[in-house]
Amino acid sequence: MPRTPIEPRFKIEYLSILDSEGSLDTALEPDIPPGDLKRLYRAMVLGRRLDERMVRLQRQGRIGTFAPIKGQEAAQIGSVFALRRTDWMVPSFRETAAMLWRGWPIEKLLCLFAGRLEGGQPAPDQHDLPITIPVATQLPHAVGLAYAAQYRGDDVVVMAYCGDGATSEGDFHEALNFAGVWHVPVVFVVQNNQWAISIPLKKQTHSATLAQKALGYGFPGIQVDGNDLLAVYAASREAVARARHGEGPTLIECVTYRLGVHTTADDPTRYRSDEEVKAWERKDPLPRARAYLEKKNLLDDGLEEQVDAEIARAVERFETMADADPLTIFDHVFAERPAHLEAQRAELRERLGADPPRRVDEERPLPTPMRGQRKTSRWAN
Amino acid sequence: MAVMTYREALNLALREEMRRDPRVFVMGEEVGLYEGAYRVTQGLLKEFGEKRVVDTPICESGFTGVGVGAAMLGLRPVLEMMTFNFAILALDQIVNTAAKMLYMSGGQYNIPLVVRGPGGPAAQLAAQHSQSMETYFYHVPGLKVVRPSTPADAKGLLKSAIRDENPVIFIESETLYAVKGEVPDDPDFTIPLGQAIVRREGTDVTVVAYMGMMYRAMEVAEELAREGMSVEIVDPRTLRPMDTQTIVSSVRKTHRAVVIEAGAGFAGMGSEILSFITEQAFDDLDAPVERVTGENAPMPYARNLELLKTPSKAKIAAAIRKVCNA
Repeated sequence: MPRTPIEPRFKIEYLSILDSEGSLDTALEPDIPPGDLKRLYRAMVLGRRLDERMVRLQRQGRIGTFAPIKGQEAAQIGSVFALRRTDWMVPSFRETAAMLWRGWPIEKLLCLFAGRLEGGQPAPDQHDLPITIPVATQLPHAVGLAYAAQYRGDDVVVMAYCGDGATSEGDFHEALNFAGVWHVPVVFVVQNNQWAISIPLKKQTHSATLAQKALGYGFPGIQVDGNDLLAVYAASREAVARARHGEGPTLIECVTYRLGVHTTADDPTRYRSDEEVKAWERKDPLPRARAYLEKKNLLDDGLEEQVDAEIARAVERFETMADADPLTIFDHVFAERPAHLEAQRAELRERLGADPPRRVDEERPLPTPMRGQRKTSRWAN
Repeated sequence: MAVMTYREALNLALREEMRRDPRVFVMGEEVGLYEGAYRVTQGLLKEFGEKRVVDTPICESGFTGVGVGAAMLGLRPVLEMMTFNFAILALDQIVNTAAKMLYMSGGQYNIPLVVRGPGGPAAQLAAQHSQSMETYFYHVPGLKVVRPSTPADAKGLLKSAIRDENPVIFIESETLYAVKGEVPDDPDFTIPLGQAIVRREGTDVTVVAYMGMMYRAMEVAEELAREGMSVEIVDPRTLRPMDTQTIVSSVRKTHRAVVIEAGAGFAGMGSEILSFITEQAFDDLDAPVERVTGENAPMPYARNLELLKTPSKAKIAAAIRKVCNA
């Protein structure tokens, strides 16, 4: 018997609409109303300016470790724009711009990165999950949300984000496998920013694209220029429409670049060259989108100043907030507070409430003496 | 009351809860068409259909994560681990997301999820399929842990676990599935999580034991009764939240305690139970608490070695005699 080739069910395409030189493929250009274009660009600017501000706040010790998004604004805003308010958004930990778009207040994000529990709390009807720090674990959750939505008959699509590093995790593959087998309405957005801390993509995978990983699970994947707002949106709109019409999941690989640090605890000069960073700075999604809006005469004067003022007001509100209440240590451990936590909480409250400075030589009460006498005779006696 | 097996009691609990609450669904490997590797989900696919009795690919981490996601949208998933040993693959999803999502979401998403399946020593299932894993989960804030020893407990506690608003680890046993006992028919019958039970009243010594070790201790107690020794046996049933009060009250009465666990000791359940007995009832003790555990080695496959690995009746009896003669 001869060997017979088996064709995969889908082909991998690369989509670029507005390139870094400003060339526009008008045949593919999505028709975005001018008002929306202005909102999208503003969201990208807000993402960038807040990102820069948050890195400074971390350096000043005013918030904790933070994972900046600089360079990934188009990948996030272009994708999240395709969702309806009632759809679900499942972030990893580097989706500040997408979260802002979904309505997370700036001061809440500041709270989150200052370590306050309320910072991680989505509003009751927000349909977003909180950020996920363990890599790729949010992807099975996205499939679970989609399964539950189908179970309940909710008309929703779930969009889940992860990075290139996450595509090596078991949970990534298990989630894609489930999504394929169950044909659920999930859009996986992989922000391929080339680096997983110090590990470059070529050490993460031998695969030519990350998009093609979807093929192994029986659904389409597409690679897009992740710094091209129009391409990311066009691919996302198509994927969300497929999901909504019962045509199953899609994987979108956004080829982008992390222009900043992995987190504020990272020093990228240890593993990548200035030349590489400079080359990607020339492909920065922000000036590209700006030029596009400029041509359409949609740029508002003083946008950056407005955005900065909005951020400044939020930082001000954040800084007037009281420190986290120590007793919140015991909140949200269980749906109800069990006896052992009630006891530990009472003990902490007492310790914090009545803790006058004590002299070292102060007399302390002796511990209760052991009674020391037997309660029973030896059994054998 | 009806007499039924432990397996049938679990099946009835699932059936009743699925009838009662359309949000409850069962998911796992072989739970549908095959009706469960140990037949616990027998007949469920036929009664409730594929939407509510879901066969999954072989991926414990994946389906546990899917369960967490579904729970966040208001469903109440009951996940079956074909054996609890496979839950090791899902440990990250259980420990870092199921147990912590309520906390990480600032109280927004509680996870009413049950992870159930058989665990602990079984009959010649060998090192990787025959181990006690309750302490892995007991350690984690946010998880409840149940080990039901009898058919009635299996039914009453599983129903409570399904109705609970938190993730519950519910570990059954291959060796108990065929055990028969009286089980209340009432569909409203439940046993609250966190209530221990005195299985046998006695005055000389308190023995704390659950699952197979509880039955073994009962046999030892009968034998020692013939020597005139009166052994009280307390079964915690739920390990977290633990009913320390019932255990400590019993120790205050008998002034002696022996803690038995089938697992390999070393930061096992026995260590924990011994700790709170010592903390809360030290002055009431007339002898150091004895701990009887399995040997600290992997479970052997060979039958003769397997029998030596878990606490034998002789070992339990020796410990009881030791504390009583101290």
